[in-house]
Amino acid sequence: MKTLIIDDEPLARLLIKEYLQPYPEVEIVQECNDGFEGLKAIQQHQPELIFLDIQMPKINGFEMLELVEQPPAVIFTTAYDEYAIRAFESHAVDYLLKPFSKERFDKAMEKWKESSHAVAAKANTQALIDSVVPTPSQANRIVVKLGGKIKIIPVDEILYLEGADDYVKIFTKEGSYLKNKTMSYFELSLDAQQFVRTHRSYIVNVQLITRIEPYEKDGHLAILKSGAQVPVSKTGYGKLKQVLGL
Amino acid sequence: MSRPKAFNTKIKIAFALWWTAWAALQFSVLWGYGLTIVQATVDSLISNWLLAGCCLLIANNMRYYLPGKEKYWYVLAISLALSLMWLLVVRVILGSLFKGDLSYSAILSNSLLIRFGVGLLMLEMVTAMSLLWYSQKEQKNMEERKNDAEKLTKEAELFKLRQQLQPHFLFNSLNSINALIAVKPGEARKMIEQLSDFLRGTLRKEDQQWVNLSEELQYLKLYLDIEKVRFGHRLSDEINCDASAAAMKVPPMLLQPIVENAIKFGLYDTIDDIVIRISAHANNDQLEVVVENPFDPETSNPKQGTGFGLSSVRRRLQLLYARSDLLNTRVEANHFITSVSIPQTI
Repeated sequence: MKTLIIDDEPLARLLIKEYLQPYPEVEIVQECNDGFEGLKAIQQHQPELIFLDIQMPKINGFEMLELVEQPPAVIFTTAYDEYAIRAFESHAVDYLLKPFSKERFDKAMEKWKESSHAVAAKANTQALIDSVVPTPSQANRIVVKLGGKIKIIPVDEILYLEGADDYVKIFTKEGSYLKNKTMSYFELSLDAQQFVRTHRSYIVNVQLITRIEPYEKDGHLAILKSGAQVPVSKTGYGKLKQVLGL
Repeated sequence: MSRPKAFNTKIKIAFALWWTAWAALQFSVLWGYGLTIVQATVDSLISNWLLAGCCLLIANNMRYYLPGKEKYWYVLAISLALSLMWLLVVRVILGSLFKGDLSYSAILSNSLLIRFGVGLLMLEMVTAMSLLWYSQKEQKNMEERKNDAEKLTKEAELFKLRQQLQPHFLFNSLNSINALIAVKPGEARKMIEQLSDFLRGTLRKEDQQWVNLSEELQYLKLYLDIEKVRFGHRLSDEINCDASAAAMKVPPMLLQPIVENAIKFGLYDTIDDIVIRISAHANNDQLEVVVENPFDPETSNPKQGTGFGLSSVRRRLQLLYARSDLLNTRVEANHFITSVSIPQTI
């Protein structure tokens, strides 16, 4: 039974290793310092369970999970995270608040063993990823996967977002990226003063709009500095006018 | 609420002199009208004593009940009622004292109106004066209370700003100790000692008791050492302090949040090993401390990344010096630089 420990503090990983000693069936295939290593290791080893810290360099635990195609069961280990605890309670196998005792750790393992028979654990992780409230740092950036690499896009560089079936296409000057999220997720997590949902399938960065032209019957087109044209519906036009103070 | 103090001795003497003079005046007027010395003396003493008594009554009354601004009619009414009562009493007493003297009785009844006028004026003057006197005292009291409250609030805010410790730091340090106990008990013990020293340092200090920079730097070193146990593989520091700066004074715990911010920024914004540089030098009469950390300019916006740490430092400087220009940040290549100037005169 393969597992991974992803935490940027070596001593925190050491503690989990120690606590895992009485579980010979659990094999620690790798220890990871950050989300980049974590993502690679998950793809390589396909573990059944991971121990995941939230606060890590560059990308946090949630952002890493978002990039995993079929996320494994997760036990979160974190010191304190007001944004995440609610999500943990409903979806994660368990979460361990640092510093945690051996007894508390055993309880989490027991919980995981019970749930791993049902397929529920993995489904739970997916539900967790979908429901988690973005932290302030997440609101300033979007993490995407490009080829095998991780790309961090500062939100200021986003021109607009286009919704497709079950993913969203993010357009920047350099190109476009796919992200496995819904339009309403971005509508909620991005700053409403900067990003306006002008259309069922479009969210635009209002700071980059140079002009708005009428288009077809009731609609408009927002023209961006880059020359890109973003459709604006009738209700979207109202929202846009409000944010721009027209 | 404490009552305002009654009149002081100086005012009491002035009050007595005023009534003596007034009685003398009344005596000379009555004498001039042809009353005997005895009659004039008795008349002026009795009427003025009684009137002075009424005035004291009003002044004392105001000490406990101060009519509001909209109740000036109360001032009028009370002096009117009192002067009428006073007139009645004076008339009855003096009338019965010199019952058989017709010329005195005539002068007494002829002067009733003028006596009433004088009494009313006196009483109103005293009422108005005590009203002013006590309102002023109350206002002063209120101002003092307000100042006290403001001072307390400021102190509480400063205290809170000093105490702001990220719970992350404490919990993660405890978690590291938990891990060390099994494998390196000696190091675990050392870290407990460091953590205790650090926490004690956050508790003991007050804003008024400024510390030497060298002492504050030792304290920062303690903090950095704890962080190095957690992130030893990635974190290192360089501290440079000019000899002239070492003895300069700083408010306690002012630099720690800046270093904390630099560590957090450095550690979480890059995945490489990082160096936190702290340097201090004297600039005229100001102490300049500069804290430098690496960051990734491509993925983060340092303007947004100031976080709680720096805003609390800025607020503290504002409360201590009433200046908002003492804390500055800038970006040089991939380094984020925070500099703080600390004036040496409070």
